[in-house]
Amino acid sequence: MSGMTIDKLSGRAVYVEGNDIDTDRIIPARYLTCVTFDELGPALFYDVRFDEQGNSKGHVLDSPEYSTAEILISDNNFGCGSSREHAPQAIMRFGLKAVIAGSFAEIFHGNCTTLGIPCVVMNDSNRSELSDLIMHDPTLDIMIDIVKLHLICANKVFPITMKDSVREAFLNATYDPLDTLLASQNEVKEVAGKLGYL
Amino acid sequence: MFSALNRDFRANIIVFRIGDGVFVGINLYQKVWNDHVVRQLDTGQYQVFMALHLIHEVTSPQAFGMLKDKDLRVAFPKRTFATVDHIIPTDNQERPLADDMAEKMIQVLSSATQEYGIEFFAPKSGAQGIVHVVGPELGLTQPGMTICCGDSHTSTHGAFGCISLGIGTSQVRDVLASQTLVMDPLKVRRINVEGTLAVGVTAKDVTLHIIRTLGVNGGVGFAYEYAGSVIDRMSMEERMTVCNMSIEGGARCGYVNPDETTFDYLKDRQKVPVGADYLAAVDRWRSYASDFDADYDDIVDISANDIKPTVTWGVTPGQALSIEECVPDPDGVEGLEKSLINDALNYMQLTANQPIKGTKIDVAFIGSCTNGRLSDFKSVAAVIGGKKVSSNVRAIVVPGSEKVDREARELGLHEVFEAAGFEWRLPGCSMCLAMNPDKLVGDEVCASSSNRNFIGRQGSPTGRTILMSPIMVAAAAVEGYVADAREVFNLEGGEV
Ligand code: SF4
Repeated sequence: MSGMTIDKLSGRAVYVEGNDIDTDRIIPARYLTCVTFDELGPALFYDVRFDEQGNSKGHVLDSPEYSTAEILISDNNFGCGSSREHAPQAIMRFGLKAVIAGSFAEIFHGNCTTLGIPCVVMNDSNRSELSDLIMHDPTLDIMIDIVKLHLICANKVFPITMKDSVREAFLNATYDPLDTLLASQNEVKEVAGKLGYL
Repeated sequence: MFSALNRDFRANIIVFRIGDGVFVGINLYQKVWNDHVVRQLDTGQYQVFMALHLIHEVTSPQAFGMLKDKDLRVAFPKRTFATVDHIIPTDNQERPLADDMAEKMIQVLSSATQEYGIEFFAPKSGAQGIVHVVGPELGLTQPGMTICCGDSHTSTHGAFGCISLGIGTSQVRDVLASQTLVMDPLKVRRINVEGTLAVGVTAKDVTLHIIRTLGVNGGVGFAYEYAGSVIDRMSMEERMTVCNMSIEGGARCGYVNPDETTFDYLKDRQKVPVGADYLAAVDRWRSYASDFDADYDDIVDISANDIKPTVTWGVTPGQALSIEECVPDPDGVEGLEKSLINDALNYMQLTANQPIKGTKIDVAFIGSCTNGRLSDFKSVAAVIGGKKVSSNVRAIVVPGSEKVDREARELGLHEVFEAAGFEWRLPGCSMCLAMNPDKLVGDEVCASSSNRNFIGRQGSPTGRTILMSPIMVAAAAVEGYVADAREVFNLEGGEV
């Protein structure tokens, strides 16, 4: 056990539109010059949110209506590109605790899982209905139920999907796998020995 | 037929099973996986041993902090190797570096590797370079390995017949602490590239063409096995270029089956066994190649005849076209795709239907883990003689490693480039992601041999990147605009 069980999550949401949003956009490379992740929150989507003088470009993440949002909604192939964990770290430290998208790039998905950020998959039509609801009324709460694999918003129930193994890991609180991995060091040595890696 | 599964060291847990008493061929991914699986976990996932772990200064120092927090040690320090590449300047590498934070990142890595007994290829050691250039050239990367690194282009190492994965920092921590990762097995798609590449068409064009054809998320859930006569004939460096960009196609990794080309490349490299041990290693390496009757989840055939010199026009590597084509027209396209095309055209300041050829450039960059190896520089040096970089273009060449730099200088390649008006720099990632001082300014356009054309990738939030092969970058540098290398350099007959 390395964290708390994650079975339900709720909060307000914000919709950042676009397919193929890459990790360079989520966190520009110049913010990778750091030896800890602590300061990354404010740099989330920096170049999309601010101009070169640091003035807000009026991005949805900076609109007061969405300032308390805790769930990020986006489109397909979210998090593609670089493997930088700085991307989910920035999302988490910005105050977001789950991401809903049509699909996720795999390394990003894995990084989020380890940090306890559920990546929730929702098909295009449901997602566009959900984002319409949110854009219409930013005060709406979303409730993500990982046990029942659905999401409720404005009394509407939407189906969601999640990789079985990842869902198990959230429900068993083993999404941070380190303790699990350390529990079998003898078997690890055996495999290493057989392969001549010792 | 016999199966390599009979060998006694081959896995405790066979995830990919053989059929009812009938031996069914298995592919390289399955063989490597079976050998390295430690156990299945309660979640249904697998714990998999990592044969080789490579680390660098950007994604790894934080992992050492995480180890310290938990009072853990490094389980297999001899299976991890470190280098610096992302933040290192390419004009002056005297220490301390001018950028304090960059200096600090190197120091954290340097002292952590010392503390835990990890070999570190420091600047000026003669072995420093981009992590995906260094691993293969030292012979650390060997067929049949599971390889990981906190960097998505770890897929490069697949050229040797490995499962090679980019991972996040928490996973770097997991590997340091346990030498294992939690994984779900991938599906395998075989991509056959058959035929003969035309003159002026390179490995970079092959990979851009594949991504363009299958899409930037076409590979999600897959490992790509590159095969077919075109791949078979490629050198190891060309195979690395192809595998490098698997990740741009959405695949988690890509590989080529090991063959004589692989074994010849590895012979006599620093970390490769010698004499009888080398011969034994070759036997073992050979056994990892996919069986001739191996099963695949998907097979795609690509004809070499369809591949032309290819360049990107937009802001993802899949937004690519041949040098003979015009940029797309959003009219007639529906929905999100339409807005993607519109946004990309706006960002790149291109007009629908305009030919990509003739697009003005400001900067030319030859380097990166995609195209920063000796053969890349040789290919350009062979054609650039007598030509000059346009006066409107800033052109830099950045070798992928100190070894590449050394070998290129021995051949006098740096002089050929300098005579043509390129700057020859010190090794590093440089303008591929511009974490060092090599950056685009404002909305400059860069003809680049790197692998990503994302918005802001080359250091300016409004900078524009056009990806292409090294000889195409050279052609663009000479003309001052995106050009067809076959015309600029009068390429005909023979291969480039
Ligand atoms: S050259 Fe570019 S893609 Fe390769 S490791 Fe460096 S930054 Fe990453």
